[in-house]
Amino acid sequence: MKKITITSFIFIFCLASFELFAAESSIPLDKAPVDIKDNASLQRGAESFVNYCLTCHGANFMRYNRHRDIGFTNEQILDKLVHTGQKVGDLMQSAMRKKEGEEWFGVIPPDLSVIARSRGADWLYSYLRAFYRDESTATGWNNLVFDRAAMPHVLYQLQGEQKLIVKTSDKGEQKTLSLDKPGKLSTAEFDKFVGDLVNYLVYLGEPHANSRIDLGIKVMIFLLVMLILAYALKREYWRDIH
Amino acid sequence: MSIYNSMIAWIDKRFPLTSNWKAHLSEYYAPKNFNFWYYFGSLALLVLVNQIITGIFLTMNYKPDASLAFSSVEYIMRDVEYGWLIRYMHSTGASMFFIVVYLHMFRGMMYGSYRKPRELLWLVGMGIFFILMSLAFTGYILPWGQMSYWGAQVIVSMFGAIPVIGETLQQWLLGDFTLSDAALNRFFAYHVVTLPGLLIVLVFVHILALHETGSNNPDGIEIKANKNPKTGIPVDGIPFHPYYSVKDIVGVVVFLIVFCGIIFFAPEMGGYFLEYNNFVPANTLQTPDHIAPVWYFTPYYSMLRAVTVNFLGIDAKLWGVILMAGSVVIFCFLPWLDRSPVKSIRYKGPYFKTALTLFVISFFVLGWLGTKSPTPMYTLLAQIFTVVYFAFFILMPWYSKIDKVKPEPKRLVKE
Repeated sequence: MKKITITSFIFIFCLASFELFAAESSIPLDKAPVDIKDNASLQRGAESFVNYCLTCHGANFMRYNRHRDIGFTNEQILDKLVHTGQKVGDLMQSAMRKKEGEEWFGVIPPDLSVIARSRGADWLYSYLRAFYRDESTATGWNNLVFDRAAMPHVLYQLQGEQKLIVKTSDKGEQKTLSLDKPGKLSTAEFDKFVGDLVNYLVYLGEPHANSRIDLGIKVMIFLLVMLILAYALKREYWRDIH
Repeated sequence: MSIYNSMIAWIDKRFPLTSNWKAHLSEYYAPKNFNFWYYFGSLALLVLVNQIITGIFLTMNYKPDASLAFSSVEYIMRDVEYGWLIRYMHSTGASMFFIVVYLHMFRGMMYGSYRKPRELLWLVGMGIFFILMSLAFTGYILPWGQMSYWGAQVIVSMFGAIPVIGETLQQWLLGDFTLSDAALNRFFAYHVVTLPGLLIVLVFVHILALHETGSNNPDGIEIKANKNPKTGIPVDGIPFHPYYSVKDIVGVVVFLIVFCGIIFFAPEMGGYFLEYNNFVPANTLQTPDHIAPVWYFTPYYSMLRAVTVNFLGIDAKLWGVILMAGSVVIFCFLPWLDRSPVKSIRYKGPYFKTALTLFVISFFVLGWLGTKSPTPMYTLLAQIFTVVYFAFFILMPWYSKIDKVKPEPKRLVKE
């Protein structure tokens, strides 16, 4: 029986390596600096989120007062995060009406509560840093990760303007971006800014992730002790079976 | 103690408590050589209980309404006390149910547990498997994410491929011309009432049938053929309780370590248990680039997509549906396809071992292919392995008969 299992596993790994070669063609994503235990980063991300994203996007499944998880007090939440006269227990709704969004951008800006769970942190981190000037689009912006994204470059004052550079070699077209006009932040500062924002989006996707892991460790310790006891019990009973 | 005894006596006069306890636990004799593969029956029961209990709590907060379903799931994840834990237990439980049941079925295939006199036991088990698949399907629709919606769309459109009655049947099932709120409501009703009810009844019947024939074992010989002449107890049998009840506790704890490992540290399981695209609310106007069912359905999904040309006057799409349904139903015929004089793989010959190996490989490869977008190479692979999959069953009467088997022992062999 072991043979069957081993053969099939070898086979699957062979196929899986096929797969790796096939997937290389798309644009490589940058690794996002995610650390959901870093409250300082999450707090910076939360403030940026409220200032830059929440105008158009909602986080309709998230309540403001949940941010006590990341070290804010209710007063701080009201002061730093709630700018639309809502109560501390309210959901983080967008200030923009859905109909306006559709008129302005052609699509309703998606809710961002679980965006990190559907897109992944690396995608978001790469996407938010990959806007470039493109006069052929309606917004004047395009994106290397998400071609013809409906969203304009909201953070351009911070990042500055990038332009697209296309190099053609025998490997095919290679697209890269270079900074054309610098913004308020240096590239390293901007990367950190987006890093904090994406870190916050990951937290926003699953606010209970930290308590899940903490509880998980306790459960595992309990189960390991249980295993020893259960095995000892089994051995004791089975001593007389030959 | 005398109060306890008189209480039991009081009950026994009114309800067969002690006699059932003896018949099904303390004097139910199971073969003493159960190995690793024999944990999965009791584990399936454990997962069933988990699904029912967590399901009840989810139902208390879930809203079966196309405009509220998605947000009610996120409400459970965020605002309900330990809602995230309940939901992850349920979503992980669904996948673990299939893992456990697939291993349980594979055990049956290895040791010939479907063979006479356990044909009915096997058929009831297949009934459980069908209901489990329906439960998984109806349950997956409920969060009303993109994958829920479009995955269901694919499955529902299969009914539309049935000639003559197809379209009417599809509308009747959906209660609408398209997949909509009406369908969500009825799938919710099936998922929480009809199917679990049926499942519990069938599981009960499965256990009754098992206790009638007695358990098979890795040697595939009947322990009842060898009874102690004085007591009438099988010499190679041991009472289920306490021996297997304490042994199963060890299995349960090991299983829980894996189960909780997933729940607490990788609840999405890399997108296999909770698909990334299902964190996007269902959008009836936007078909995702890539639709794939959850991992446990992918082998069948591959076979559904494998047929690309019309032949024998039947449409390719209908062939896909026939193959997909056939790939599941064909398990029911195993008791009559296997003509080997021995039951267990331990005494079967090289033909059967090769066939089973190829079958397992084809199951995994088809499963893997089902998660991928089809390319000409993938479709060709799917076609080849669909043939291998069906050949395992269709050629079984032939290869199992001419196979070179080893003689079965008279008594259970010590490992």
